[in-house]
Parts: sequence; structure tokens; C-alpha cells
Amino acid sequence: MFLVMFLMTDRIGKVKKISGPVVIAKGINDIKIGEVVEVGNDRLIGEVVRVFEDYFTIQVYEPTDGLKPLEPVHATGKMLVAELAPGLITMVFDGVQRPLGRIFEQSGAFIRRGVKVNPLSRDKKWYFKPLKKKGEKVTAGDIVGVVKETPLISHKIMVKYDINGRIKEINEGDYTINEPYGYIELSNGKEIPLMMLQEWPVRTPRPYVKRLSSEVPLLTGIRVIDTFFPIAKGGAGCIPGGFGTGKTITLHKISMYSNSEIVIYIGCGERGNEIAEMLKEFPKLTDPKTGRPIIERSIVIANTSNMPVSAREASIYMGVTLAEYYRDMGYNVTLIADSTSRWAEALREISGRLGEIPVERGYPAYLPDKLAEFYERAGRVQPLGKPVREGSVTIIGAVSPPGGDFNEPVTIHTLRFVGTMWALDPELAYRRHFPAINWLRSFSQYAKIVESWWSKNIAKDFGEYRRKALRLLTVSSEIEAIASVVGEGALPDDQRLFLLISDILKEGFLRQTALEGEDIFCIPEKQYLLLKMIMDFFDKVYVLIQKKVPIEEITKLPEISEMKRVKEDERGIKAVKELYNKIMTRLEEISRKYNIQYLF
Amino acid sequence: MEESLYRILSGSVYGKVYRGVKEIRGSLMVVENVGDAGYNEVVRIIDTDGVERIGRVLETSSDLAIIQILGDEEGLQTDVLINLTGKVFEIPLSDEITGRIFNGRFEPIDNLPPIISGEKRDISGFPMNPIAREYPTEFIQTGISAIDGMLSLVRGQKLPIFSVSGLPHNTLAAQIVRQATVKKGEDFAIVFGGIGLRSTEAEYFMREFRDSGAIERLVAILNLAEDPPIERLLTPRIALTVAEYLAFDLEYHVLVIVTDMTNYCEALREISVARGEIPGRMGYPGYMYSDLATIYERAGIIKNRKGSITLMPMLTMPGGDLRHPIPDLTGYITEGQIFLSQELYSRDIYPPINILPSLSRLMKSGIGSGKTREDHRPLADQLYDAYSRGTKARDLARIIGEVGLSSIMKRYLKFANEFEEKFINQGVYENRSIEETLDIGWEVLSILPEEELVRIPRSIIEKYHPKREK
Repeated sequence: MFLVMFLMTDRIGKVKKISGPVVIAKGINDIKIGEVVEVGNDRLIGEVVRVFEDYFTIQVYEPTDGLKPLEPVHATGKMLVAELAPGLITMVFDGVQRPLGRIFEQSGAFIRRGVKVNPLSRDKKWYFKPLKKKGEKVTAGDIVGVVKETPLISHKIMVKYDINGRIKEINEGDYTINEPYGYIELSNGKEIPLMMLQEWPVRTPRPYVKRLSSEVPLLTGIRVIDTFFPIAKGGAGCIPGGFGTGKTITLHKISMYSNSEIVIYIGCGERGNEIAEMLKEFPKLTDPKTGRPIIERSIVIANTSNMPVSAREASIYMGVTLAEYYRDMGYNVTLIADSTSRWAEALREISGRLGEIPVERGYPAYLPDKLAEFYERAGRVQPLGKPVREGSVTIIGAVSPPGGDFNEPVTIHTLRFVGTMWALDPELAYRRHFPAINWLRSFSQYAKIVESWWSKNIAKDFGEYRRKALRLLTVSSEIEAIASVVGEGALPDDQRLFLLISDILKEGFLRQTALEGEDIFCIPEKQYLLLKMIMDFFDKVYVLIQKKVPIEEITKLPEISEMKRVKEDERGIKAVKELYNKIMTRLEEISRKYNIQYLF
Repeated sequence: MEESLYRILSGSVYGKVYRGVKEIRGSLMVVENVGDAGYNEVVRIIDTDGVERIGRVLETSSDLAIIQILGDEEGLQTDVLINLTGKVFEIPLSDEITGRIFNGRFEPIDNLPPIISGEKRDISGFPMNPIAREYPTEFIQTGISAIDGMLSLVRGQKLPIFSVSGLPHNTLAAQIVRQATVKKGEDFAIVFGGIGLRSTEAEYFMREFRDSGAIERLVAILNLAEDPPIERLLTPRIALTVAEYLAFDLEYHVLVIVTDMTNYCEALREISVARGEIPGRMGYPGYMYSDLATIYERAGIIKNRKGSITLMPMLTMPGGDLRHPIPDLTGYITEGQIFLSQELYSRDIYPPINILPSLSRLMKSGIGSGKTREDHRPLADQLYDAYSRGTKARDLARIIGEVGLSSIMKRYLKFANEFEEKFINQGVYENRSIEETLDIGWEVLSILPEEELVRIPRSIIEKYHPKREK
């Protein structure tokens, strides 16, 4: 986008008024809404958000300190676009796609104003391998060639949107992203060069042929998510929670371990050290399937809380545009936005400075529309062009409600547009029960849809176990409420059994470390076996209790503490199976002791 | 009168001078026909009596500028001289800065000459490129068990203390300054930013710093309660600009203590209301999160540079409410929080840290074998779990009586009491090593039966459980 800026014509205006990131200027009659402008002598990047008569309002993406009235404003004639070409993967960008790595090399540890660097390198050569031949007819979205972007990602080179014609020339070899690797003859006889570099305005969703349904779950390895509150590939989910409840750590885990093909992480108004942590971890962690570092399938957009607010607003659109681009190649992309509340606050701040009338808690009336637009860009689709392919964008957004109270505009409106919610609970977090996802308040509309995947690939009766366990957790939460008044000792044995099992479920299934060891990623088979073990144990013991076996006979069993620990056993599934048999033998002994016949 | 003005002006005035303002509204001043006031530019306001004040441009357009007056607006009239300096707020810095005390506008108040240096820095700083950050991993030992054991502080972290008026947060801060060390034994340079401090508090801190010898490696920026509130917006920024200079130019490890951030936020609200902005929650401006972030996010470590900034802001929660916007927004930016509890304090426990709502996000990277001890993390996990069960048992005992508790709940209750009395509780001058802290943890944990310790791997239990040693 910057290249063309230097070729601008003389559409120059003047600064009229400055208030933080909002600048009013005048003097360019044909200025467009959404057009990118350069403000002041430092040429700060901004976007036109409002036009009236001769004046126009600019949202500036850099600090405006020292900017003065009457300084020039240059129009660029371009919208806010994302550069799309090989070289995106492994990059760290700010909210308007400035490459932070190269800015660091150029201007040191602190980001100064007016820095201009191309998002993607113009010097690096990529080996282009054509998949189409001279003379073939191509239309928008057709894959004409491929570039090995990283060992994990084959970057499909697609024909630009609204182009339609016959290939005149196409060459294999090393090219930079703005060198023509071939030519195309349009239907009107005009000839245009084919280059890898494309641009797309970030606020416009990329088109596709049709939406497809999705029944494949995004596997995160986090039991409470995969088993109880799953998200489908192409779905939209949110994770709301007050500070310290573990939003970021859960999202980091998903970005590191989930079976997505590409991960785009937007650090939007959050902590700098969190980005530093990711950048430290990503090159070290390897993808289990290929053994390659996961940085080779990741893009990070970092607009931390101390970076300009207006670029924070843009970062979400930048991220989702990159996601759609890879979706169109046929990849399953996971987009993580941490945190959408900070984005909404940026929206609020800009809206306030524009003098718009606020509705709820200072947020503008269009907040729900903007949220809907964003989450609607998730989905599994058939992209334009040939060969016919499928790709998906899964969006997961963190929500940071003030005071941890979900009854606030951003949480309320987000819940209207997502299919799953992982509700974080401070009570669990205080007890260091992580992930602190509350199993009573969370929901997933995808659970029914992805169940068929589980029964086809893991076990037929998975759905039954899932429902049973959820029911048990609900019932025992009611019993817990009673126990907190009368004391556990005053409860009948069958109710005490509910409490015992829910305790095993919480410790042995729901709680999971995010830090290290065997339990960091739980494969679906193991999730199923752990659940089966605990629920079968419950069923059998329930019969014993009905037959008047005292609960103490059960609570003293050493296997109870083993059930809570077996998830960490390095032998994985084997250990769970062994313990399962051991427990069943033990219960058989008890039933024999009490002369109960039909249990086994 | 005119003559005195010209005399002043013939001195050191650079940039443009305007005479007369249109309106003075509280601490805001509206000036007409000022074509070229820069956004955030520093303005000198010279009264007809020769009194000089400093201001800052909040909003500017080709015919109007809104200026925020720093310092007392009392006695100002519309006939004043406005001098646009052409600069944003900058402070001079040199290596002679250590051991010095300044007021909230960075004027010396220790009877020593002002800092003279060609090196001037904009106090709002620039955002640190996240890619340039080094992830903090070095454990700081504070000698306080509740912090070292359960909420470990790491070099480069920002960890606030959430307190309530009347609790001993100042004592705790002073103890941390006295005792904080890293394993290699390097001393911290300390930057102290007092925001709206009562003079007794300021004296307390100065005495503590002097007694402990910390004064030689200290820079204090003191905005006292009687100083103009508007200056409070500058104090933390000056403190962090000084800290950045000490850390990234002079290679010190810097511990920054700013107190009380609540006063800062009140000042921010005052300005916002005076400007007629649309208020967010409880009248605080909607941009308070971003504004606080530009202060807190200045803590950290930069790749390939030696120094570091560790930031401990303190704030009193209005009404003791954790959900109040000030602690709430702070908690969303900082890497954890240390929560002081009225209840523990009334039971004579010092430091009255309630570990359950407290958290250190960077703890995981700073502890474990080679840093503290291999059993640190599982032990802390188990202590959290047990203490949370113990406090639950205590609540239950209040309803059904202690006799009504099951035997295991009784043990948890006993554990909670011992944990508070032996582990959390310690002397103001007691400096515990991390090993001592962890050993006390094991000692109180051994009240519980071993089967309960499911968060600790068996091998660690065998190695460290006090009952196993015998």
C-alpha cells in the first residue's frame, strides 16, 4: 500500500482541528470515506471516517502529539488494504500491517512516528511453480500456481478478483512478489501482468461461491472444550471472563496445539509481554504431525494496549482479511482475537471524539452491527475459482467484561452472534482450577453437530457419556448448595456419591494444566476413555449404594486419587485402560463382599 | 505592569507569544486565534504579576486552542501571556539524577540545583515494539512468603498492590524496597512516584529509604496531596521516563513504585469532565484503559539490553470494591495483582495478603528448578487449592458449627488457620529466603492427609514431604 503512496497526485489538504487520534482537515473535494491519507509533516497514516461539505474527519493510526493546524494532508487514493502475497506467514504486524520486525531493525526498540515500511519484502524471491499452461482460460479465484511459503504452507497463487481472461505467458522460476511471472489477456484484448502481490480492502469480506455446513470439530486438546463445549471448524466462539480468569492462556493454548492449518493471532489492546511470550514459544513448539515449528503456520498481529487506539480498531479487520485469503486457498484457518472488548473500546473512543451520540455505557449505537459483521466473516465456504475447494475461518474472540460482569454491551451482543461460549469463572480461577471454564454457564450450539464426528471416529456412545456427565455436574451443583448449608455428613449416601463423582470429574477430567507434561494436549480417544472410566465407575457404584453398601466403603478406595491423577500419566491411553480394569476388579470385590450378584 | 511583562519576556522565551484568553473554566483555558498550537504542546502561561504556570494543549484547531493549566489556576485572569514552546513535555536527564528528589513538575525540592543536560526526553514516551521485548523470567526474592511462595514477582513485571485505605500497603511497599533482591545479588535502583501523597506518607517513605540506604540509588518524584491535582497526570509519566533512562541508558535494574494510582485516575476524571467528554463507567473517561496502559506498559525488558523496569503500582480500591473501574482496568493491564484484605488485617495478620483473588501471571516463568526449587509450582498449586477448601470449611463452620464438619473438612479448616498464621504472617523486618518459605509451606501442608495432595507429583512428595524425611 505504501508503494503507491509515493506516486500520488496533488490531492493535498490542510489540518483544521486535532483532538487525540481524530483530526479534521479540509481542502480535498473528492476525498472518499475509507480513503487512506497521510497527515502532517511527519506523514502519519490515517483513514477518512467522515466527510461533510469541504471538511473531512480522519482517524489517525499514530500518536498525533505535536501535530499542528495548517499542516498538509495528502490523499493517497487508496482504501485501507491488506497486502496479500507469500511472506505473510511467520510475520508480526501492527494493526495496519506494518511489519514490527523490520521496524525494530530500522528504528530500535520504541516505535516512533511516521515510520514507513512495506508490509512484505520487495526483495525476497519466491520460487513460483505454475499449475496452468499458456492458453488456458482463467477466472477470478483460479489457482494458477504455487509457492512453498514455509515447509508447512504451500501458498496458492490465485487470480485476482474481477479478472477474467486467457493466459498469454506463464513462467516457472524465482520472482519477487511484484515482478510479473506471466501475462494474461483479458476478454477485451488488453494484456495485464500476473504478479503474486494482491491487495484487498480490509473492511470488505472476500467473496466466495457458497457457505458450507461443518461437522468437523476444531480439536483443541482441552477436555472441557472438546468434550463438553466444542467449536466446529468454521464456527465462531467467545471466551468472556474478568481479569486473571485465564482467557489469554486458553487462547494461547488453542493457537499452539489446536489442529488448525493456519493460526492468525490478533493481540488487540493487550499486554506486550504476552506477545513476547508467544514469539518466544512459537519457534520452539513443534506441530505434532510434521515436527516443524508452529511459527511456520502462524501470523501475529500485535497492537498492544499502549500502541495507538485507532490502529487497534483496524487490527481486527486486518486479521480477518488475512484469514479469508488463506481460507480461499483451501486452508482451515483459526483466527484468535484477544481481546474484542479492547477493540470495542477503541470504537467507543473514536466515536466519542467524533461527537456521536452514545447509547449503552458510551458505546455507539452501531456496536452490535460491527460485532455481527466481524463474527459473520467466520465460516466454512467454497471459495471462488477452480479447482473446487473448501476452506474455513474459525473465529474465537476473548471478551473482557468490566468487573467480570457479563451483563454489559460487548458480552451481551457478542453472545448473539457466536455459536459457543466458554464462560470463565473467577471462583474456579481463585482455586487455581484451570481452565476456569464454568460448565454450568457455558454453551455450544455445535455440540449436536460435531457429535456425529465423535461417534464415527472415536466411539459410538460418546454422546451418551457426554450428556450423562453434564447432567451429573448440574445435579451435584444443586446438592453442593444444600451441603453448604447442612454439611456433607447430613446428606444421604446417594447424594454424597454425586458429590464424590463430581469431585473426580473436576479434578480428573475438567482441570487440565496449560504448562507442561502429558496433560497439556489430550487426544480425543483419551478424553473419551477418561470420561467413560469415571461415568462407568459412577454407574456401578450407584447400584452398590442402592444395595446398601456404605459410601465409606467407596470413599476410602485408593483408586479415587488415582482417577484424579491418571490424566498426567505419561503412558497415556494405556494407563487409563489399566486403571479402568483395576477399578472394575475392585468394585467386583466389593460386590462379592456384600453378596450383590448381578453387577458383573 | 506592561514593563514587568516585557522584562520577563526578554528572558528566555522561545516560540510564539499571544496575549489574552477567551475563557478560563476550572483548569482549562480557551484561547482564540492561535493558529499553530501543536497537539500536546507545552505552553507557558505568564500572569500579569509575573507568576508563571505551565499548561498543555488538549485540543487545537486553526482558530482555537484548549489549554490545560498545570498548577494552581487561582488568581488567573484572562489577560495573560501565552507562550507556545513548540515542544511536548520533556525532562532533562543525566547520570547525576540518582539520589535526587523532585516535585510533580520535575523541579528539584531537595535544595540542589536542577538537572542540566542536553538529553531531554518526552515524558509520554513511545510505545515499546512488542517484538523488542524480552520475556521476563528472573525471580525476584522479596523475602515475603505470601509473595515469593504464592505470587512470585519476576524482573520486568508490572504487579500492582490493591489495597483499601487504612491497610498497611505503605509498610509492605517499604519492606519490598528494603528486601527485594535477585539471585545474583545486584541491587535495584528505585524510582518512587508519589501521586497525591499525604506529607506524613511522603515522610515515612523518605525515612525508610534513608534508613535502609536505598536513598543513594533512589529517584523520588513527589506530588503531594496539597499540590494541584492536574500535576498528578504527569507524575507517573515522569517517574517512568526516569526509569526508562536508568534502565535502558544506564543499564540499571529499576524497581518503580508509584502510589496512589487512584489519585491519578481521579485527576483524569476531573480533566475529562471539565472538557465535557462523554463519561464511561462512574464518570471515568472511556479511554482510561488506554491511558493507564501507556503508563503500565512501560515496564519490561528490551532484547539485548542489560537493564529492566519492574513496576509495582499501588492503589486503594474505592470502597474496597475490586470491580470499581480503577482496580478493574488496572488488573486487565498488569500482570497480576496483590490483594490486601481488611479481614486478615483485623485478625492481626501481616502482610494481610488474601492470596485467593491475588495472582502473578509471570510466576510460571520465574520459578522451578534452577530458579527457585523444583517443588515450587506444585506446592503453590496445592496450597491454593487447600486454602480455598479451608476457607470454605470456615464458612460452613459458621453455619453448622465446627462439630458438624466432616473429619477431612476439620483438617482443612485447621490448615487454613495455620497457613494464615505461619505462612502468610511474618514480621515487618523478617526477611525469609525462598527455601524457608517453601519449607513452611510443606510444614503447614502436612496437616492434610497425603492422599489429598493430588496436585503434587508423587516423586516430589517423596522428596519434600516433612513426614517422609524421618
